[in-house]
Amino acid sequence: MATLTEVQSSPTLSNDEILRYSRHLIMPEVGMEGQLKLKSAKVLCIGAGGLGSPLALYLAAAGVGTLGIVDFDVVDYTNLQRQIIHSTSDVGRPKLDSAAEKLKAINPFLNIRKFEARLASDNALELFRQFDIIADGTDNFPTRYLVNDACVLTGKPNVYGSIFRFEGQASVFATELGPCYRCLYPEPPPPGLVPSCAEGGVLGILPGLVGVIQATEAIKLILGKGDPLIGRLLLVDALGMKFRELKLRKNSDCPACGTHPTIKKLIDYQEFCGIRGEEAIAEATASDIQVEELKKRLDRGDDLFILDVREPHEYQICNLGGYLIPVGDLPMRVNELDSSREIVAHCRSGGRSAKAVNFLRQAGFKKIHNLAGGVLAWADRIDPSMPKY
Amino acid sequence: MAKIHIPTPLRQYVSKQPSVEVKGSTVGEALHGLVSQHPDLRRHLYTEEGKLRAFVNIYLNDEDVRYLNKEATAVEDGDNISIVPSIAGGTSLASAGG
Repeated sequence: MATLTEVQSSPTLSNDEILRYSRHLIMPEVGMEGQLKLKSAKVLCIGAGGLGSPLALYLAAAGVGTLGIVDFDVVDYTNLQRQIIHSTSDVGRPKLDSAAEKLKAINPFLNIRKFEARLASDNALELFRQFDIIADGTDNFPTRYLVNDACVLTGKPNVYGSIFRFEGQASVFATELGPCYRCLYPEPPPPGLVPSCAEGGVLGILPGLVGVIQATEAIKLILGKGDPLIGRLLLVDALGMKFRELKLRKNSDCPACGTHPTIKKLIDYQEFCGIRGEEAIAEATASDIQVEELKKRLDRGDDLFILDVREPHEYQICNLGGYLIPVGDLPMRVNELDSSREIVAHCRSGGRSAKAVNFLRQAGFKKIHNLAGGVLAWADRIDPSMPKY
Repeated sequence: MAKIHIPTPLRQYVSKQPSVEVKGSTVGEALHGLVSQHPDLRRHLYTEEGKLRAFVNIYLNDEDVRYLNKEATAVEDGDNISIVPSIAGGTSLASAGG
Protein backbone atom coordinates (compact mmCIF):
# COMPACT_ATOMS: atom_id res chain seq x y z
CA MET A 1 0.00 0.00 0.00
CA ALA A 2 1.27 3.42 -0.90
CA THR A 3 1.52 5.94 1.88
CA LEU A 4 -0.37 9.20 1.71
CA THR A 5 2.75 11.28 0.93
CA GLU A 6 3.70 9.01 -1.99
CA VAL A 7 0.24 9.36 -3.43
CA GLN A 8 0.38 13.14 -3.17
CA SER A 9 3.80 13.41 -4.84
CA SER A 10 2.83 11.08 -7.71
CA PRO A 11 0.95 12.40 -10.73
CA THR A 12 -2.74 11.71 -11.05
CA LEU A 13 -5.05 11.78 -14.05
CA SER A 14 -7.90 14.25 -14.35
CA ASN A 15 -11.27 13.00 -15.61
CA ASP A 16 -10.48 14.46 -19.04
CA GLU A 17 -7.21 12.56 -19.14
CA ILE A 18 -8.91 9.34 -18.03
CA LEU A 19 -11.35 9.65 -20.92
CA ARG A 20 -8.60 10.56 -23.38
CA TYR A 21 -6.44 7.57 -22.45
CA SER A 22 -9.31 5.12 -21.89
CA ARG A 23 -8.11 2.70 -24.61
CA HIS A 24 -4.82 2.47 -22.73
CA LEU A 25 -6.40 2.26 -19.30
CA ILE A 26 -8.49 -0.79 -20.16
CA MET A 27 -5.42 -2.69 -21.36
CA PRO A 28 -3.71 -4.68 -18.62
CA GLU A 29 -0.26 -3.92 -20.12
CA VAL A 30 -0.77 -0.20 -19.56
CA GLY A 31 -3.60 0.42 -17.11
CA MET A 32 -3.61 3.31 -14.64
CA GLU A 33 -0.13 2.42 -13.41
CA GLY A 34 1.34 2.50 -16.92
CA GLN A 35 -0.48 5.66 -17.91
CA LEU A 36 0.92 7.42 -14.83
CA LYS A 37 4.40 6.20 -15.78
CA LEU A 38 3.89 7.73 -19.23
CA LYS A 39 2.76 10.98 -17.65
CA SER A 40 5.87 11.13 -15.45
CA ALA A 41 8.19 10.25 -18.35
CA LYS A 42 10.49 12.75 -20.04
CA VAL A 43 11.64 11.93 -23.58
CA LEU A 44 14.06 14.03 -25.59
CA CYS A 45 13.71 13.94 -29.41
CA ILE A 46 16.86 14.92 -31.27
CA GLY A 47 15.42 16.61 -34.34
CA ALA A 48 11.87 17.37 -35.48
CA GLY A 49 12.30 16.02 -38.99
CA GLY A 50 11.60 12.76 -40.78
CA LEU A 51 11.98 10.39 -37.83
CA GLY A 52 11.15 12.98 -35.17
CA SER A 53 7.76 13.79 -36.74
CA PRO A 54 5.95 10.47 -36.22
CA LEU A 55 7.91 9.80 -33.06
CA ALA A 56 6.87 13.03 -31.36
CA LEU A 57 3.27 12.88 -32.64
CA TYR A 58 2.70 9.38 -31.24
CA LEU A 59 4.48 10.02 -27.95
CA ALA A 60 2.38 13.15 -27.46
CA ALA A 61 -0.84 11.32 -28.29
CA ALA A 62 0.07 8.38 -26.02
CA GLY A 63 0.37 10.69 -23.02
CA VAL A 64 4.11 11.02 -22.45
CA GLY A 65 4.18 13.88 -19.95
CA THR A 66 7.25 15.82 -21.05
CA LEU A 67 8.63 15.93 -24.56
CA GLY A 68 11.84 17.82 -25.26
CA ILE A 69 12.79 18.67 -28.84
CA VAL A 70 16.19 19.86 -30.01
CA ASP A 71 16.24 21.48 -33.44
CA PHE A 72 17.48 24.72 -34.96
CA ASP A 73 16.31 24.26 -38.53
CA VAL A 74 13.44 25.95 -40.35
CA VAL A 75 10.81 24.07 -42.35
CA ASP A 76 11.84 23.72 -45.98
CA TYR A 77 9.53 22.94 -48.87
CA THR A 78 11.44 19.70 -49.59
CA ASN A 79 10.81 18.50 -45.99
CA LEU A 80 7.06 18.15 -46.51
CA GLN A 81 7.39 14.88 -48.48
CA ARG A 82 8.14 13.06 -45.20
CA GLN A 83 8.18 15.39 -42.17
CA ILE A 84 4.49 15.07 -41.42
CA ILE A 85 4.48 17.21 -38.30
CA HIS A 86 4.94 20.29 -40.54
CA SER A 87 2.37 21.75 -42.95
CA THR A 88 2.77 23.66 -46.18
CA SER A 89 1.94 26.89 -44.38
CA ASP A 90 4.85 26.26 -41.97
CA VAL A 91 7.53 26.60 -44.66
CA GLY A 92 10.06 29.12 -43.40
CA ARG A 93 9.06 28.78 -39.73
CA PRO A 94 11.35 27.24 -37.12
CA LYS A 95 10.65 23.52 -36.94
CA LEU A 96 10.45 23.79 -33.15
CA ASP A 97 7.54 26.23 -33.30
CA SER A 98 5.72 24.30 -35.99
CA ALA A 99 6.17 20.98 -34.15
CA ALA A 100 5.19 22.39 -30.74
CA GLU A 101 1.96 23.80 -32.19
CA LYS A 102 0.91 20.44 -33.70
CA LEU A 103 1.83 18.51 -30.57
CA LYS A 104 -0.09 20.89 -28.31
CA ALA A 105 -3.08 20.63 -30.64
CA ILE A 106 -3.02 16.83 -30.32
CA ASN A 107 -2.53 16.83 -26.58
CA PRO A 108 -2.89 20.02 -24.50
CA PHE A 109 -1.76 18.11 -21.38
CA LEU A 110 1.70 17.72 -22.91
CA ASN A 111 4.59 19.67 -21.44
CA ILE A 112 6.81 20.66 -24.37
CA ARG A 113 10.36 21.84 -23.85
CA LYS A 114 11.95 23.49 -26.87
CA PHE A 115 15.70 23.67 -27.30
CA GLU A 116 16.63 25.82 -30.27
CA ALA A 117 20.25 24.84 -30.52
CA ARG A 118 22.66 22.65 -32.38
CA LEU A 119 23.29 19.64 -30.19
CA ALA A 120 27.00 19.84 -29.35
CA SER A 121 29.62 18.55 -26.97
CA ASP A 122 29.19 21.57 -24.71
CA ASN A 123 25.42 21.24 -24.19
CA ALA A 124 24.53 17.56 -24.66
CA LEU A 125 25.32 16.18 -21.19
CA GLU A 126 23.45 18.90 -19.31
CA LEU A 127 20.47 18.49 -21.62
CA PHE A 128 20.36 14.68 -21.50
CA ARG A 129 20.45 14.66 -17.68
CA GLN A 130 17.03 16.35 -17.66
CA PHE A 131 15.39 13.44 -19.52
CA ASP A 132 14.77 9.71 -19.06
CA ILE A 133 15.07 8.54 -22.67
CA ILE A 134 16.84 10.02 -25.70
CA ALA A 135 15.41 9.36 -29.19
CA ASP A 136 18.01 9.87 -31.90
CA GLY A 137 16.77 10.68 -35.38
CA THR A 138 19.59 12.77 -36.81
CA ASP A 139 21.04 12.47 -40.30
CA ASN A 140 24.76 12.71 -39.76
CA PHE A 141 27.53 10.71 -38.17
CA PRO A 142 29.01 13.39 -35.88
CA THR A 143 25.64 13.77 -34.11
CA ARG A 144 25.11 9.97 -34.00
CA TYR A 145 28.38 9.50 -32.14
CA LEU A 146 27.75 12.53 -29.95
CA VAL A 147 24.30 11.23 -28.94
CA ASN A 148 25.69 7.76 -28.27
CA ASP A 149 28.59 8.92 -26.12
CA ALA A 150 26.41 11.39 -24.20
CA CYS A 151 23.84 8.62 -23.56
CA VAL A 152 26.56 6.28 -22.26
CA LEU A 153 28.06 9.02 -20.06
CA THR A 154 24.68 10.03 -18.58
CA GLY A 155 23.27 6.49 -18.43
CA LYS A 156 20.25 7.29 -20.62
CA PRO A 157 18.90 4.76 -23.13
CA ASN A 158 19.21 5.78 -26.79
CA VAL A 159 16.21 4.81 -28.91
CA TYR A 160 17.92 4.74 -32.28
CA GLY A 161 16.55 4.94 -35.81
CA SER A 162 18.27 5.53 -39.12
CA ILE A 163 17.14 5.56 -42.73
CA PHE A 164 18.54 5.55 -46.23
CA ARG A 165 16.44 5.43 -49.42
CA PHE A 166 14.13 2.52 -48.56
CA GLU A 167 16.16 0.84 -45.83
CA GLY A 168 16.04 1.53 -42.13
CA GLN A 169 17.67 0.42 -38.92
CA ALA A 170 16.34 0.58 -35.37
CA SER A 171 17.67 -0.48 -31.99
CA VAL A 172 17.90 0.53 -28.35
CA PHE A 173 21.44 1.42 -27.35
CA ALA A 174 23.26 2.38 -24.17
CA THR A 175 21.07 0.63 -21.63
CA GLU A 176 22.87 -0.59 -18.54
CA LEU A 177 23.47 -4.12 -19.79
CA GLY A 178 23.07 -3.74 -23.54
CA PRO A 179 25.44 -2.63 -26.29
CA CYS A 180 25.92 0.94 -27.49
CA TYR A 181 26.24 2.30 -31.03
CA ARG A 182 30.03 2.13 -30.79
CA CYS A 183 29.88 -1.60 -29.93
CA LEU A 184 28.36 -1.97 -33.39
CA TYR A 185 30.33 0.73 -35.21
CA PRO A 186 33.51 1.70 -33.33
CA GLU A 187 34.32 4.37 -35.89
CA PRO A 188 32.47 6.28 -38.62
CA PRO A 189 32.96 5.78 -42.34
CA PRO A 190 35.21 8.32 -44.01
CA PRO A 191 33.14 11.16 -45.51
CA GLY A 192 32.20 10.51 -49.10
CA LEU A 193 31.88 6.73 -48.84
CA VAL A 194 28.34 6.89 -47.46
CA PRO A 195 25.96 9.30 -49.19
CA SER A 196 23.62 11.49 -47.12
CA CYS A 197 19.82 11.60 -47.57
CA ALA A 198 20.21 14.83 -49.52
CA GLU A 199 22.37 12.97 -52.02
CA GLY A 200 20.78 9.54 -51.86
CA GLY A 201 17.16 10.41 -51.28
CA VAL A 202 14.71 8.71 -48.97
CA LEU A 203 11.30 7.15 -49.52
CA GLY A 204 8.86 9.47 -47.77
CA ILE A 205 7.00 6.83 -45.78
CA LEU A 206 10.15 5.12 -44.50
CA PRO A 207 10.80 7.59 -41.65
CA GLY A 208 7.17 6.95 -40.71
CA LEU A 209 7.83 3.23 -40.34
CA VAL A 210 11.12 3.64 -38.47
CA GLY A 211 9.99 6.61 -36.35
CA VAL A 212 6.95 4.65 -35.16
CA ILE A 213 9.24 1.75 -34.24
CA GLN A 214 11.28 4.22 -32.18
CA ALA A 215 8.11 5.52 -30.51
CA THR A 216 7.04 1.95 -29.73
CA GLU A 217 10.38 1.19 -28.11
CA ALA A 218 10.29 4.41 -26.07
CA ILE A 219 6.81 3.56 -24.76
CA LYS A 220 7.88 -0.01 -23.91
CA LEU A 221 10.93 1.25 -22.01
CA ILE A 222 8.72 3.65 -20.02
CA LEU A 223 6.16 0.96 -19.25
CA GLY A 224 8.81 -1.69 -18.57
CA LYS A 225 6.79 -4.08 -20.71
CA GLY A 226 7.58 -6.39 -23.58
CA ASP A 227 10.87 -7.27 -25.20
CA PRO A 228 12.76 -4.12 -26.18
CA LEU A 229 15.22 -3.95 -29.10
CA ILE A 230 18.17 -4.10 -26.69
CA GLY A 231 20.97 -6.18 -28.22
CA ARG A 232 19.06 -6.48 -31.48
CA LEU A 233 19.36 -4.46 -34.68
CA LEU A 234 16.13 -4.40 -36.66
CA LEU A 235 16.65 -3.96 -40.41
CA VAL A 236 13.67 -2.68 -42.37
CA ASP A 237 13.58 -3.09 -46.15
CA ALA A 238 10.51 -1.22 -47.34
CA LEU A 239 10.98 -2.22 -50.97
CA GLY A 240 10.98 -5.96 -50.22
CA MET A 241 8.83 -5.33 -47.12
CA LYS A 242 11.14 -7.52 -45.12
CA PHE A 243 12.05 -7.11 -41.48
CA ARG A 244 15.25 -8.84 -40.39
CA GLU A 245 16.93 -8.91 -37.04
CA LEU A 246 20.61 -9.17 -36.18
CA LYS A 247 22.13 -9.92 -32.79
CA LEU A 248 24.17 -7.17 -31.18
CA ARG A 249 26.60 -7.85 -28.39
CA LYS A 250 28.09 -5.56 -25.83
CA ASN A 251 31.75 -5.27 -26.79
CA SER A 252 33.98 -5.47 -23.72
CA ASP A 253 36.62 -3.49 -25.67
CA CYS A 254 34.14 -0.76 -26.61
CA PRO A 255 35.79 2.66 -26.17
CA ALA A 256 32.53 4.10 -24.77
CA CYS A 257 30.82 1.36 -22.72
CA GLY A 258 33.47 -1.39 -22.47
CA THR A 259 35.20 -2.57 -19.32
CA HIS A 260 38.01 0.00 -19.74
CA PRO A 261 36.38 2.92 -21.53
CA THR A 262 38.66 5.52 -23.09
CA ILE A 263 35.88 8.03 -23.76
CA LYS A 264 35.34 9.80 -20.46
CA LYS A 265 34.10 13.09 -21.83
CA LEU A 266 32.60 14.34 -25.09
CA ILE A 267 35.06 15.02 -27.90
CA ASP A 268 35.08 17.08 -31.10
CA TYR A 269 32.76 14.94 -33.25
CA GLN A 270 33.14 17.00 -36.44
CA GLU A 271 36.84 16.31 -36.29
CA PHE A 272 36.25 12.66 -35.36
CA CYS A 273 34.03 12.17 -38.42
CA GLY A 274 34.68 14.88 -40.93
CA ILE A 275 38.21 16.04 -41.60
CA ARG A 276 38.73 14.35 -44.94
CA GLY A 277 35.43 15.59 -46.40
CA GLU A 278 36.20 19.20 -45.56
CA GLU A 279 39.64 18.89 -47.14
CA ALA A 280 38.11 17.55 -50.33
CA ILE A 281 35.74 20.49 -50.58
CA ALA A 282 38.44 23.02 -49.70
CA GLU A 283 40.71 21.69 -52.44
CA ALA A 284 38.00 22.04 -55.01
CA THR A 285 37.06 25.62 -54.13
CA ALA A 286 40.23 26.91 -55.81
CA SER A 287 38.75 26.00 -59.20
CA ASP A 288 35.13 26.96 -58.56
CA ILE A 289 33.25 28.69 -61.33
CA GLN A 290 30.14 30.75 -60.54
CA VAL A 291 26.91 30.24 -62.50
CA GLU A 292 27.03 33.83 -63.84
CA GLU A 293 30.48 33.26 -65.30
CA LEU A 294 29.46 29.95 -66.83
CA LYS A 295 26.43 31.60 -68.46
CA LYS A 296 28.60 34.41 -69.86
CA ARG A 297 31.16 32.00 -71.25
CA LEU A 298 28.55 29.72 -72.82
CA ASP A 299 26.80 32.73 -74.36
CA ARG A 300 29.99 33.92 -76.02
CA GLY A 301 30.57 30.43 -77.43
CA ASP A 302 33.56 29.25 -75.38
CA ASP A 303 34.38 25.58 -75.85
CA LEU A 304 33.29 24.17 -72.50
CA PHE A 305 32.46 20.55 -71.80
CA ILE A 306 29.66 20.34 -69.22
CA LEU A 307 29.99 17.20 -67.10
CA ASP A 308 26.92 16.29 -65.04
CA VAL A 309 27.89 13.89 -62.23
CA ARG A 310 24.37 13.33 -60.88
CA GLU A 311 22.26 10.20 -61.33
CA PRO A 312 20.16 9.59 -64.49
CA HIS A 313 16.86 10.09 -62.60
CA GLU A 314 18.07 13.50 -61.42
CA TYR A 315 19.00 14.42 -64.98
CA GLN A 316 15.35 13.82 -65.91
CA ILE A 317 14.21 16.44 -63.38
CA CYS A 318 16.34 19.21 -64.85
CA ASN A 319 19.69 19.55 -66.60
CA LEU A 320 22.09 21.94 -68.28
CA GLY A 321 22.43 19.69 -71.33
CA GLY A 322 25.65 18.26 -69.94
CA TYR A 323 27.26 14.89 -70.48
CA LEU A 324 26.07 12.52 -67.76
CA ILE A 325 28.46 10.33 -65.78
CA PRO A 326 27.29 9.66 -62.20
CA VAL A 327 30.11 10.37 -59.75
CA GLY A 328 30.23 6.71 -58.68
CA ASP A 329 30.83 5.63 -62.30
CA LEU A 330 33.61 8.16 -62.99
CA PRO A 331 36.55 5.84 -62.20
CA MET A 332 35.25 3.33 -64.77
CA ARG A 333 34.22 5.85 -67.39
CA VAL A 334 36.99 8.43 -67.13
CA ASN A 335 38.25 7.45 -70.61
CA GLU A 336 35.08 8.97 -72.09
CA LEU A 337 36.42 12.42 -71.15
CA ASP A 338 38.86 14.48 -73.22
CA SER A 339 41.46 15.99 -70.88
CA SER A 340 42.50 18.57 -73.51
CA ARG A 341 39.09 20.27 -73.28
CA GLU A 342 38.03 22.62 -70.52
CA ILE A 343 35.53 20.79 -68.29
CA VAL A 344 32.90 22.22 -65.94
CA ALA A 345 31.58 19.56 -63.54
CA HIS A 346 28.31 20.07 -61.74
CA CYS A 347 25.80 18.23 -59.57
CA ARG A 348 22.75 19.38 -57.59
CA SER A 349 24.43 21.71 -55.11
CA GLY A 350 28.17 21.29 -55.62
CA GLY A 351 29.21 18.53 -53.16
CA ARG A 352 29.46 15.57 -55.48
CA SER A 353 31.02 17.58 -58.29
CA ALA A 354 33.71 18.76 -55.84
CA LYS A 355 34.58 15.09 -55.28
CA ALA A 356 34.53 14.49 -59.03
CA VAL A 357 36.86 17.45 -59.63
CA ASN A 358 39.31 16.12 -57.03
CA PHE A 359 39.20 12.69 -58.59
CA LEU A 360 39.74 14.02 -62.12
CA ARG A 361 42.58 16.28 -61.03
CA GLN A 362 44.32 13.28 -59.48
CA ALA A 363 43.72 11.45 -62.75
CA GLY A 364 45.69 14.18 -64.54
CA PHE A 365 42.95 16.55 -65.73
CA LYS A 366 44.20 20.15 -65.57
CA LYS A 367 41.43 22.31 -67.07
CA ILE A 368 38.56 21.44 -64.78
CA HIS A 369 36.14 23.57 -62.77
CA ASN A 370 33.44 22.86 -60.23
CA LEU A 371 30.18 24.73 -60.75
CA ALA A 372 29.62 26.35 -57.34
CA GLY A 373 26.12 25.67 -56.05
CA GLY A 374 25.27 23.29 -58.91
CA VAL A 375 21.93 23.33 -60.74
CA LEU A 376 20.28 24.84 -57.64
CA ALA A 377 22.40 27.99 -58.06
CA TRP A 378 21.64 27.96 -61.80
CA ALA A 379 17.90 27.84 -61.07
CA ASP A 380 18.19 30.60 -58.45
CA ARG A 381 20.37 33.04 -60.36
CA ILE A 382 20.20 32.26 -64.10
CA ASP A 383 17.04 30.39 -65.05
CA PRO A 384 14.16 30.74 -62.58
CA SER A 385 11.99 28.47 -64.76
CA MET A 386 14.21 25.50 -63.93
CA PRO A 387 12.69 23.23 -61.25
CA LYS A 388 14.57 22.80 -57.98
CA TYR A 389 14.66 19.60 -55.95
CA MET B 1 26.74 -21.27 -52.47
CA ALA B 2 25.96 -18.59 -49.90
CA LYS B 3 23.90 -15.48 -50.45
CA ILE B 4 25.45 -12.10 -49.63
CA HIS B 5 22.88 -9.39 -48.91
CA ILE B 6 23.99 -6.03 -50.29
CA PRO B 7 22.72 -2.94 -48.45
CA THR B 8 21.21 -0.11 -50.48
CA PRO B 9 24.18 2.30 -50.33
CA LEU B 10 26.47 -0.35 -51.85
CA ARG B 11 24.14 -1.73 -54.53
CA GLN B 12 25.43 0.75 -57.09
CA TYR B 13 28.71 -1.21 -57.10
CA VAL B 14 27.08 -4.60 -57.78
CA SER B 15 24.88 -3.69 -60.78
CA LYS B 16 22.03 -2.72 -58.39
CA GLN B 17 21.45 -6.29 -57.17
CA PRO B 18 19.99 -6.74 -53.68
CA SER B 19 21.97 -9.94 -53.16
CA VAL B 20 24.77 -11.86 -54.84
CA GLU B 21 25.37 -15.64 -54.76
CA VAL B 22 28.99 -16.54 -54.09
CA LYS B 23 31.11 -19.63 -53.49
CA GLY B 24 33.51 -19.97 -50.60
CA SER B 25 34.00 -22.16 -47.58
CA THR B 26 34.60 -19.23 -45.22
CA VAL B 27 33.16 -15.74 -44.84
CA GLY B 28 36.49 -14.28 -46.00
CA GLU B 29 36.52 -16.40 -49.16
CA ALA B 30 32.92 -15.49 -49.93
CA LEU B 31 33.67 -11.77 -49.57
CA HIS B 32 36.80 -12.07 -51.72
CA GLY B 33 34.66 -13.81 -54.33
CA LEU B 34 32.22 -10.92 -54.15
CA VAL B 35 34.82 -8.18 -54.63
CA SER B 36 36.55 -10.05 -57.45
CA GLN B 37 33.20 -10.25 -59.26
CA HIS B 38 32.57 -6.57 -58.44
CA PRO B 39 35.95 -4.80 -58.11
CA ASP B 40 34.40 -1.34 -57.49
CA LEU B 41 33.07 -2.63 -54.20
CA ARG B 42 36.51 -3.47 -52.87
CA ARG B 43 37.48 -0.04 -51.49
CA HIS B 44 34.14 0.18 -49.67
CA LEU B 45 34.72 -3.05 -47.78
CA TYR B 46 38.49 -3.26 -47.45
CA THR B 47 41.24 -0.83 -46.48
CA GLU B 48 44.26 -0.42 -48.75
CA GLU B 49 46.03 -2.91 -46.51
CA GLY B 50 43.32 -5.46 -47.31
CA LYS B 51 41.62 -5.41 -43.91
CA LEU B 52 37.86 -5.21 -43.52
CA ARG B 53 36.87 -1.62 -42.74
CA ALA B 54 35.86 -0.90 -39.17
CA PHE B 55 32.49 0.63 -40.10
CA VAL B 56 31.42 -2.42 -42.11
CA ASN B 57 29.90 -5.20 -40.08
CA ILE B 58 29.60 -8.67 -41.51
CA TYR B 59 26.93 -11.03 -40.25
CA LEU B 60 26.58 -14.74 -40.90
CA ASN B 61 22.84 -15.34 -40.61
CA ASP B 62 21.95 -13.27 -37.49
CA GLU B 63 25.36 -13.37 -35.80
CA ASP B 64 28.21 -10.85 -36.04
CA VAL B 65 31.27 -12.70 -37.39
CA ARG B 66 33.46 -10.76 -34.94
CA TYR B 67 31.95 -13.01 -32.27
CA LEU B 68 32.35 -16.17 -34.37
CA ASN B 69 35.61 -16.95 -36.17
CA LYS B 70 35.79 -13.57 -37.92
CA GLU B 71 36.66 -13.98 -41.61
CA ALA B 72 37.61 -17.62 -41.02
CA THR B 73 34.03 -18.45 -39.99
CA ALA B 74 32.85 -21.47 -41.96
CA VAL B 75 30.05 -20.95 -44.45
CA GLU B 76 27.61 -23.64 -45.47
CA ASP B 77 25.35 -23.87 -48.50
CA GLY B 78 22.29 -21.72 -48.08
CA ASP B 79 23.83 -19.44 -45.42
CA ASN B 80 23.03 -15.75 -45.53
CA ILE B 81 25.86 -13.27 -45.22
CA SER B 82 24.86 -9.63 -44.60
CA ILE B 83 26.96 -6.53 -45.03
CA VAL B 84 25.66 -4.00 -42.51
CA PRO B 85 27.27 -0.59 -43.00
CA SER B 86 26.49 2.38 -40.80
CA ILE B 87 23.82 4.67 -42.19
CA ALA B 88 23.01 8.03 -40.69
CA GLY B 89 19.90 9.26 -42.44
CA GLY B 90 17.15 11.02 -40.53
CA THR B 91 16.64 14.61 -39.58
CA SER B 92 18.99 17.21 -40.93
CA LEU B 93 20.67 18.89 -37.98
CA ALA B 94 23.87 19.81 -39.75
CA SER B 95 24.58 20.72 -43.33
CA ALA B 96 24.03 17.71 -45.54
CA GLY B 97 26.22 17.16 -48.55
CA GLY B 98 25.17 16.88 -52.15
